[in-house]
Amino acid sequence: MSAPILVVEGLHGRIAGQQVVEDVSFEVPASGVTALLGRNGVGKTSTIKSILGLIDRTGDVRLGGERIDRLPTHRIVQRGVGYVPEDREVFGSLSVAENLRLAERDDRPRRELIERLFPDIHARRAQRAGTLSGGQQQMVSLARALVNENRLLLVDEPTKGLAPRIVDEVAAALAEAAKTVPILLVEQNLHVIRKLAERVVVLSGGRVVFSGSAADLLDDEARIQRYLGVATDESAHDAVPAASIDITEELR
Amino acid sequence: MNQQLTDSAPASTGSATEAPAPAPDGKAGGEASTRRPLALLIGGIALVVVLAILPLLAIEIPGVLPGPTYTPGTLQLLAYAMLIAALALSYRMMFGLAGLLSFGHALFFAAGAYGLGMALEYFAPVEWPSELIFLASIVVTLVFGIVLAATVGSLALRVTGISFAMVTLAFAQAGSVLIRRNPGGATGGDEGLSLDIANVPDALVGVLNTRNLYWLALGILVFVYLVVLWVERSRAGHVAEATRENELRVRVLGIRPYRVKFLIFIVASTLAAIAGMGYLLLQSGAAPRIATADFTLTILVIVVLGGVGYRWGAIVGGIVYTLLDQRLTALAGSDFIAGLPAVLRVPLSEPLFILGTLFILVVLFLPGGIAGIPQRIRTGRKQHPVESEEAADA
Amino acid sequence: MSTVLLLVITGLGLGALYFLVASGLSLIYGLMGVLNFAHGAFLTIAAFLGWEVGRRVSDGTWWGLLLSALVGMIVGAIVAAATEYFLIRRLYERHIEQALVTVGLSLASVALFEGIWGTDPIYTAKPDWLTQTTEILGAKIPNDRFLLIACAALVLGGIVLFLRRTRYGLIIRAGVENRSMVTALGIDVRRSFTLVFAIGGAAAGLGGVLASVYYGYVSAHLGSVLLIFAFIVTVIGGLGSLTGAAIASVLVAVLQQFANFYLGGTGDLVVVIALAAVLLVRPRGLMGKVA
Repeated sequence: MSAPILVVEGLHGRIAGQQVVEDVSFEVPASGVTALLGRNGVGKTSTIKSILGLIDRTGDVRLGGERIDRLPTHRIVQRGVGYVPEDREVFGSLSVAENLRLAERDDRPRRELIERLFPDIHARRAQRAGTLSGGQQQMVSLARALVNENRLLLVDEPTKGLAPRIVDEVAAALAEAAKTVPILLVEQNLHVIRKLAERVVVLSGGRVVFSGSAADLLDDEARIQRYLGVATDESAHDAVPAASIDITEELR
Repeated sequence: MNQQLTDSAPASTGSATEAPAPAPDGKAGGEASTRRPLALLIGGIALVVVLAILPLLAIEIPGVLPGPTYTPGTLQLLAYAMLIAALALSYRMMFGLAGLLSFGHALFFAAGAYGLGMALEYFAPVEWPSELIFLASIVVTLVFGIVLAATVGSLALRVTGISFAMVTLAFAQAGSVLIRRNPGGATGGDEGLSLDIANVPDALVGVLNTRNLYWLALGILVFVYLVVLWVERSRAGHVAEATRENELRVRVLGIRPYRVKFLIFIVASTLAAIAGMGYLLLQSGAAPRIATADFTLTILVIVVLGGVGYRWGAIVGGIVYTLLDQRLTALAGSDFIAGLPAVLRVPLSEPLFILGTLFILVVLFLPGGIAGIPQRIRTGRKQHPVESEEAADA
Repeated sequence: MSTVLLLVITGLGLGALYFLVASGLSLIYGLMGVLNFAHGAFLTIAAFLGWEVGRRVSDGTWWGLLLSALVGMIVGAIVAAATEYFLIRRLYERHIEQALVTVGLSLASVALFEGIWGTDPIYTAKPDWLTQTTEILGAKIPNDRFLLIACAALVLGGIVLFLRRTRYGLIIRAGVENRSMVTALGIDVRRSFTLVFAIGGAAAGLGGVLASVYYGYVSAHLGSVLLIFAFIVTVIGGLGSLTGAAIASVLVAVLQQFANFYLGGTGDLVVVIALAAVLLVRPRGLMGKVA
C-alpha cells in the first residue's frame, strides 16, 4: 500500500483556552474511507477542525508528506482538502448555485459530476440554500467538497438528523466519491460505517484508543459497546467542551 | 442581594489575568508569598499617608506638576487626577472584571455631579440647617444614582456584547442631550451648572480650602478602591470573573450570571456617581462635557492605558492621563512649540492627538498597559488580559 | 399636508447621510466583527480634503462639487483601507482591541483636524440650484435633499450590484454569514477585509462631502455627530445587513424630523428611545442575522 495521505501526530486542539483534542495520533491511507469514531463530545469534530486549523492547534500534521499544522485554513484547503462540516454550514442567504460557485477552486470545476450525483439540488440551483430541507442542504455541502479535485475529504457527520432514504443517498454519493479520493469520515450510523469504511480510528477522552480495520471493530460487540456504547458519566463530563464550541460560534 | 457579597474566605490571588500586586508600589514582588499581603497593606497605607501629607510639603517636580505641592493649583490638579482615577477604577471593575463594555459610564459620573448640584439648588430655599441640607442632597443624589443605575442596568443587561455597549451608549446619549437641552433651567445647558455654595460646608469652598478638597478626593479614591477590592474578593467578584471567561460554564454550574452582572453594574455606577459628586465640589460646577460619549471613551482609554488586567492600572492610568493632558496643554501653548515648523507644531499643539496616538501604540504594542510593564519585564512574555479567551481563527 | 411632506423628504435626505455612514459600518461589523469608531474620521477628512480641492478648482459650481465628491470618495477609501491594513489587521480576531484602536484613531484625528482647520465650522459654497427650493404639493423642499437622496440611492444600488454580481461580493456576503466556513472553502477572506473597509470609506467620504452641502459647513466634529446616529441606525437595522441599514436610516431620520417638529425638538431623545426599544424587543435588530 502507498504512503498515507494524512499523518497526524501528537495533535492538540484548544477552544477558548480549553483542551478539546489531547495528543491524538493516527493515519489516513491514500485510498478508501477511514472512519473516526467515538462517543458524543469526545472530540471528533474538534479533531477535524484542528486538522483544518479552524481551532487553535499544535502538533505534527502532514498532508502527503507536507507539514500543514502551521498553515492557515484556506491554504490547507487550497492544497486539496475538501471539508463537509458538521451541521452542513451552507450559506443560507446565498442561492444553491452561489454556494457551489463560492466553493469552486479549480479551473475546471466538476459541474457534470455534481449534476449527476445530485440531480435534485441541480434543479434547485436558484433557490436560497436556507430554504432547503436538511437533506438537501447536506447535498449542497457535499457538492461543495466534490466540485473540486481533492486529495482528501474531511466529512463530519453527513447523515446526522436525516431520514433513512436520504441517509442512503448520502452514503451512495460518498461511496462514489471514495472511488477517487480518500475520505476521513466522522459518522455515528454503524450501517453507514459498515457500508463505507475500511479502517476505523476510535477516540475516547480526546485520545485515540483503537485504530485498525473496520471489520475487527464492527464484528466485536463488546468493543463496540465499550467504545461507542450508551452514555455513561463520561459523556456528562464531555458536555462542557462541546458546549463551549457553541460559545465561540456565538462570538463571531 | 447582600448574601452574594459576603467575603468568601481566604482571598486567593485571583486568576492569571489579575496582577499579583494590588498596591501601586510593586516592591513586594520578590517577597515570600505569605508575607506579601502584609507588605502590600503596609505599602498601601504608607502611600496613602504620603499622599495625605502632600499638601503640607513643598515638593516640586518640574515638568510634571505646575508648582510646589502645597499650592492650590497643584492640589487642584492632583485632586482632579485622583477623582478621574476613582472613576476609572469603577469602570475597570465593570469592564475588566465583569467584561461589560459600557459606553455609558459617563452618565453616572454626570448623574453624581449634576444630581448633587441640582439637589443643592432645589433644597436651598428650605429652612433647614445647612449641614443637613448638604447631607440630604448627598443622600438624594446617591439614591438617584442607584435608581438610575438599576433602571439602565436592568434594561441594558438583557442584551450582551456589542448590543449592551449600544444600549448604554444610547442612554448616555439621552442623558447628554437632556443636560444640553437644559430643561427648566436645571442643568445650565451648554454653559454648565455652577455650584450653589449656600449650603456647602465652608471648609470645602474657596481657593484657600483646596487642600480640604484634595483630601476629600483622596478619601473618595481610597473608598472606591476599598469597595472595588471588596467586590473583587467577594463571591460575586469571582462569579463575574468566571462569567467573563466562560459564561456557559457558569450557567452549567447553576449560577445565574445576570444577578452578579447587575450587582456589579450598580456598584460601579454608584461609585462613578460618588466620584462625580467630588468633581462638582472640586470644580465648583459641572460641564456638559462629562456626560458625553467622548468622556466615556476617555475613561476607556485611561483604563486600557493603565492596564485592564490590573486594579492599580486604572489609578496609574487616571493620574498619568490627567497629568499628561494638563502638561501637554501647557506644552502646546509654549514658545518651544510655537517656534516649530507647521508640520510638527500643529500635531504637537493638540494634546488629544498625542494621547490618541499614544493610546493606539499601547493597544498595539503594550497589551498589558502601563501596569503590565513590570509583569512583562519579569516574565518576558506577552499577554492580553481581556481577550485571552478568544480563539485565534487562523 | 405640506409640512408632513417637507418633514418626510427632509427625513429622507438626512437618512441618506446616515445610510452613507452606516452602510460601511454595517458591512465592516458584519464581516469582521469590528466596531469602527474611526468611521466618522474617514468622513471628516474626506469632507475637508474634498472641500479644499473643490474650492481651489471652482467654488460653488457643479464641477467643483463633483470634484469634491470624487476626491472625498477616493480619500475616504484610501484612509479606510490604510487603517485596515496598518492597524486593524495587526489585531486580527481581537475585537475589543480593534475597537479600541479605532477609538484612539478617532480621538487623535479629530484633534489633528482641529489643529489644521481650527475648531470653528468653515462655511462652504454650493451651486445656486442647491440653495433654492422646489415646490411639491405645496411644500417648499430645499433642493439639496434631492441630491442627497439620489446619491444615497446610487450608492445603495452600486453596493448591492457589487455584492450580487462579483466574486468578491459573493465572498463578502458569505463571510458576513459564516466567516470560518469561507476560509474552509479555501478562500483567503482577509483580502476582502481591506476591500470592505475601502468601500465603506468611500461611501463615508461621499457622505462627508454631502454633509457639508446639507449643513452648509465643514468642521472637525462633522463625523462624530453623524457617527453616533449611524451606530444607532446600524444596530436598529441589524449589524451586517445592508438592507437593514437602509431601512433603519430612513426610519430613524424621519422619526427624528417628526419628533423635532411635533414634540418640541425631542428628535434625538426619541431616536435613543427607539434604539432601546428595538434592542429590547428584538436584540438582533430589524434585519440582523441570528446570533
